Amino acid sequence: MRHHSVLRASAKILIPPILLFALYVQFHGDFGPGGGFQAGVIFAVAFILYALVFGLEKARRVAPPAVTHSLSALGVMIYAGVGFENVLSGGNFLEYNVMAHEHHTAQHLGIFLVEMGVGITVCAVMITIFFSFAGRGR
Amino acid sequence: MTFDQFIDIALFAFLAATAIAMLRANSLFAAAMLSGIFSLLCAGLYTVMDAVDVAFTEAAVGAGISTVLFLGTLALTSSRAKAQRTIHWPALFMVFVTGAVLIWSTLDMPLYGDPNAPIHHHVADRYIEDSAEEVGPPNIVTSVLASYRGFDTMGETTVIFTAGMAVLLLLGGPALMAPFRRKGEKGAEATSEPAKAPSKTRSGKGDT
Repeated sequence: MRHHSVLRASAKILIPPILLFALYVQFHGDFGPGGGFQAGVIFAVAFILYALVFGLEKARRVAPPAVTHSLSALGVMIYAGVGFENVLSGGNFLEYNVMAHEHHTAQHLGIFLVEMGVGITVCAVMITIFFSFAGRGR
Repeated sequence: MTFDQFIDIALFAFLAATAIAMLRANSLFAAAMLSGIFSLLCAGLYTVMDAVDVAFTEAAVGAGISTVLFLGTLALTSSRAKAQRTIHWPALFMVFVTGAVLIWSTLDMPLYGDPNAPIHHHVADRYIEDSAEEVGPPNIVTSVLASYRGFDTMGETTVIFTAGMAVLLLLGGPALMAPFRRKGEKGAEATSEPAKAPSKTRSGKGDT
């Protein structure tokens, strides 16, 4: 799509708000609709849009496979890590209440970390899947 | 007929129309776009039912990512369905019987949107009444998803991770498997340009 200047310009304008909106959905999920799953998908959409308009090679330079592959595992590790941290602190697996003295704070911290893990994994996996599909044809 | 009922009926009618159009579409591009529209209509229905979190997911995943992936797949394969106009009678019979059983089994289910349905009083009452005290976030869906059902969500995240790895192993190309092959074996020299970075780091690890 080298010659579609309208597409390229509008993609450049659209990508930052998409990333910002994804972060809003991620961190505002406690108060409004949203959470890790939706935020991860929206964050990945920004990269997919970039890949569609500017080409796969450039997108791969922004999100190298080594990074996305590791991130998709990192998210699950953060999630499970919260669970194991709770076990080590003397609670049950994923019983956030042991993470702080005040149980609302603990729950909030636990949910925050867990949702972040979900978001990272979903985003990295969506980018990986799209790149695998798109990279197949060449 | 109230306004809500009118919207419900209109959305369901559009859903049915989209599904029939999808069945009859010969062009797979049209079918992919119609499935995106189907997801968007579902998202509208969820919003009408006040399930905004589900609607959000449906709009992002169903209408967004899935459609892009369908189109990506079509770019690799053919964009037209094989013409098949003969009717397979045993298959049609089986479909009718299964459909009839499914419809028959809905007869003693609670009505659509009935607030007294058992599903709304199993654990939902506790979530609605106590989650503000027990967990905290004003969005009960987040409390349920990340705290009450934290274990389920971990399983879901693992499923997504596994799906990503499976796609990578199937479609990732020869470059991905290069570190696991012995030297000189077929495919080792087929390393494509874009995926050089991971194979470098991995073979570096393997040397130590």
